[in-house]
Amino acid sequence: MPRGWRARRGAVAAAVLLVVAVPITASTLSSPPEINTRSQLIPGTPEAGTAVELDTTVYLPEATPAPAILLAHGFGGSKGDLDSDARVLAEDGYVVLAYTARGFGRSGGLIHLDAPAYEVSDASKLISYLATMREVSQDAPGDPRVGVAGASYGGGLALLVGAYDRRVDALAADITWNDLSQALFPNFAGGQPGVFKKLWAGELFASAAGNKGGACGRFAPDLCAAYQKAARTGEPDASILKLLSASSPAGVLKRITAPTLLSQGQQDSLFPLGEADANARGIAADGTPVKVIWRSGGHDGEDETADRVQDLQAWFAPVLLRRGEVDLSFDVVVPRSGISSTGRTVSQNLRVDRGYPSARTQAVGLTGQAQTIDAPAGGNPAALTSVPGLGNLLRNAAAPSTPQRVRGQVAKFASQPLPSALLVAGSSTVDLQVTAQGATDATLFASAHHVTADGTDRLPAGLVAPIRLTGLTPGVARKVTVKLPGVVRNLPAGDRLVLEVATTDLAYQVPGSPRSYTIALAGTTLAVATVDGRVLRAGQPWIWLLAGIAAILLLLLGALMAAVRGRRRRRRTVVDELSGVPVVIEDLVKEYGDGYRAVDHVSFRVERGQVVGLLGPNGAGKTTTLRVLMGLIRPTSGAVHVFGEPVEAGAPVLSRIGAFIEGPGLLPHLSGRENLRLFWAATGRPPQDAEFDTALEIAGLGESVDRGVKTFSHGMRQRLAIAQAMLGLPELLVLDEPTNGLDPLQIAEMREVLRRYAETGRTVVISSHLLAEVEQTCSHVVVMHKGRLVAVGSVAEIAGVGGMQLKVENPERAREILAAAGVESRTVPARRSLEDIFIEMVGADSEAVHIHDQGAPMTKARQ
Amino acid sequence: MTPRTEALRPEERPPPTRRGVHVKLMQLTEVRDNGFRPERTLPVRVELVRQLRRRRTQIAALVLLVLPIIIALAFKVSSNTSSGSGQGSTGPPLVSLATRGAMNFALFTEFASVGFLLVVIVALFCGDTVASEANWSSLRYLLAIPVPRTRLLRQKLIVALFLSFGANLLLPTWSFVVGGGFFGWAPGQSPLGGTFTTAAALERMLIVVGYASVQSLLVAALAFLLSVLTDAPLGAVGGATMLVVVSNILDSIPPLDPYRQFLPTYFQHSWLDALGQDIVWDDMMRGTGLALVYSAVFFALAWWRFQKKDILS
Repeated sequence: MPRGWRARRGAVAAAVLLVVAVPITASTLSSPPEINTRSQLIPGTPEAGTAVELDTTVYLPEATPAPAILLAHGFGGSKGDLDSDARVLAEDGYVVLAYTARGFGRSGGLIHLDAPAYEVSDASKLISYLATMREVSQDAPGDPRVGVAGASYGGGLALLVGAYDRRVDALAADITWNDLSQALFPNFAGGQPGVFKKLWAGELFASAAGNKGGACGRFAPDLCAAYQKAARTGEPDASILKLLSASSPAGVLKRITAPTLLSQGQQDSLFPLGEADANARGIAADGTPVKVIWRSGGHDGEDETADRVQDLQAWFAPVLLRRGEVDLSFDVVVPRSGISSTGRTVSQNLRVDRGYPSARTQAVGLTGQAQTIDAPAGGNPAALTSVPGLGNLLRNAAAPSTPQRVRGQVAKFASQPLPSALLVAGSSTVDLQVTAQGATDATLFASAHHVTADGTDRLPAGLVAPIRLTGLTPGVARKVTVKLPGVVRNLPAGDRLVLEVATTDLAYQVPGSPRSYTIALAGTTLAVATVDGRVLRAGQPWIWLLAGIAAILLLLLGALMAAVRGRRRRRRTVVDELSGVPVVIEDLVKEYGDGYRAVDHVSFRVERGQVVGLLGPNGAGKTTTLRVLMGLIRPTSGAVHVFGEPVEAGAPVLSRIGAFIEGPGLLPHLSGRENLRLFWAATGRPPQDAEFDTALEIAGLGESVDRGVKTFSHGMRQRLAIAQAMLGLPELLVLDEPTNGLDPLQIAEMREVLRRYAETGRTVVISSHLLAEVEQTCSHVVVMHKGRLVAVGSVAEIAGVGGMQLKVENPERAREILAAAGVESRTVPARRSLEDIFIEMVGADSEAVHIHDQGAPMTKARQ
Repeated sequence: MTPRTEALRPEERPPPTRRGVHVKLMQLTEVRDNGFRPERTLPVRVELVRQLRRRRTQIAALVLLVLPIIIALAFKVSSNTSSGSGQGSTGPPLVSLATRGAMNFALFTEFASVGFLLVVIVALFCGDTVASEANWSSLRYLLAIPVPRTRLLRQKLIVALFLSFGANLLLPTWSFVVGGGFFGWAPGQSPLGGTFTTAAALERMLIVVGYASVQSLLVAALAFLLSVLTDAPLGAVGGATMLVVVSNILDSIPPLDPYRQFLPTYFQHSWLDALGQDIVWDDMMRGTGLALVYSAVFFALAWWRFQKKDILS
């Protein structure tokens, strides 16, 4: 049926649209706005009497004036690195000024390592430039609304600008330092500058110096000289410490008043989490708002730049655009804490419960005898933990993050298997007794390893804590408290923590003279830093769940209401005076969706005990009428009553009808007998009422009834389906073209069965396009054509419409005799059968035919 | 009403071939109450038998029973040939842990099946149920009994969901048994590190099965809706599967954020959150809510449509 298909196709298409098109449309609607850029050279701070120009690009948003963001790049980079971030921020509605720092790229001048007099002063000049731009919103004359953001070298600059220039309204510093001398000469036992981080220092120096010829490249001469001296000796002297101190935010943090975002990478042996911790504490000391993020990646790991710029967007929007609330929560990315839908482990965001700093410690017992370890001459061979710039390489190598150590150089103190899971987050501390032999100083590397139950040894992020002790007396122990580098790791129950103390590390400068140390635990525990929080996924999950439950409750409520309403309606509309009449059809119209009128104002009654034939050619509307009678389709107008009850889908009165409509509907995978049995079981009526034997005998399938229905011939299925209709011997039997596919003997048998059936007071309605069949089987006939009723009445009445007839041998002679007798006569064709009547009726097409039953017009066909 | 028989001349009368029927018919008395009660029609037991006797149900069960064995054999063969220790092996942790014991094997099988196999099986049970009746034309005979339309859908849905839930339960349970037989009964190991005690492992498996079943509900509802809309069983099953596949494809396009999270399949793997040391409920709550909303909408549409539908099949 084309209409049905169209409806189905429409519904399926709608479902597809719902699922597919909505997200796509939504994402295309939000097409990116146009960003205009302008590159120009802006004068910076003059250096040694010559002007210095800075290479800048301004990104203008669609709507101005807008707040500005000054973007600074990392060491060895240029403004080009900032392009994608700048565009994203400009799309958010900021004027973005990205520039190349002095000493890099096309900017002039020399590198002073974010010195206040040079790089910081340059940034101030750029802020002054922003103050002159009419596209930038101004807080006051000469004071633009501006945020400063940068990573690493740019992050250090941002903090220093925030300290030296009070016009800055918001800061965002990523993976940057607190104190450069501590970063390059770390000492995790506190106190004086420690062990020279020689690989990183060399790497950084080369990355900037290599741009230009000469030993110093574009480094400022004083800086270059101080570095070269420190690199040669491995000891920092006063000159370099002074330079590094000037370039460090550590001393000026109190001057920062702008809200500050500090994000630090967990995969960072250059600026570990401790640097951000020191910055956060220093800035927050006077109440300046600080947000801390411990992110994945860092100088040793790959960066997900999309995440970085999202952090910036979220941070700057409330401060600069006055959009939303400032979020100061402390977010920690926990590596390997979740599983992605592809089955791989992924990081998850943990929101720490009470903000920053809310670290607490958990004591984990350590055991181990005092151990003596050797430091080889020249520090060779050395343990390999992490290599600057090669971090990725190492992690992808065969043994992921498994440190390479040298036997005899390492003291180990192990914990018991952890009784419960433990989240290590931050710097853990441990007390050690260090005794040097053959030296008055000590250089050691402490690290907390994570050993799984099956023995796999992992050093989180490859981070070690260099310790430098001086002024030792050989053979006399000194107690030191070691603050291990901050890491974030989830330790499952059953794993162990192992504290290792080594004498060498390839990344650091170690003493050249051979010596040995005795290492012992000063306490019995490792104070493991941890945080309490919950995995953060944006938004409230409860709302989703409540919405789901509400939807289901609504569904159930709707079902309940529909059920109550249906029952009430049914009770209302029973017509008692018709309760003895099997079928009353009144003014029935069925119009399909495409406008085709299958049944057009049809009315007739079927009385008890009748065998009524619904007669008409194909397409007369017989089957449609029967479908309405069975409640399978809804009439467009008109009503059908069966035993006085209105027929609709599921009307209980339908149980008094046995139906066979438009071919059999059997379960092909079951046998004939099982089909009948299950069909009856589906009625829920008592099994003894089924009269299986009678039905099976009517079907007359013999042994075949136990075969699968799919092996049946058309006629066998037909007979089985008629038997199914007669199960329970219903009061009204409705059979649609029952004799199709039956052989003549079976047709004769069927005729007899139906006649007997009606004799019991039951009623039979059959439809047929075969006139002979109706004439032979039925007591009454309803003739339909093109959806309209043509005639209704008993077969005898309709066949005998012309009254009694006299058959004569010789009509001409008879007429003469009659004429002689004074009777006028004429010859007409003989009306012998219903067939003639039918052809006359149908051939006359829409001509009205009146059939008189006991003198009263019973019904008439309409024009 | 005059009996028609007397109007016929004796020679026209066909020879009755089965006298027994005629005698029986002649003995019949009129009946009044036929014992019909709408609330007794199409009992769950009957519908279950109708479905269980079908070849497709049996094949689906067979697939679910054979699949874990095939996977186990594949792991057995590959571990023999590669002679890898399993230590430090690359690839998703669920795969590398699969041979550690019964629970890990069951988790892996669940992980491998939940995205497609279980979707197809649930779509089969729920998408085929009404459409195949329409296809066999038996739907109109059920409705003519009459099984009230609401009740017909309800009973069919109960059975289809029962079978779907059975598949969701059978796969991990049977995989657990197969995994135990092949790889021993070692305690379950989290892909995020650590092992589970037997009680914890059982709890986690229950969460996994429960959540996967809730996600199946969405597929079931979609397939059921299509089953009501179309008379072609293939259209309903294939349509539901196709929509899930399309949703999966869209789900793999990150630029569709933030609308991706409303895709029906976005949270289908969120049960993995139950495998860490701590269970993270956020996404499972979201996924459950989303599945329930979609299911309610699909079911409501199915009922609404079926109430008004003209049964022409």
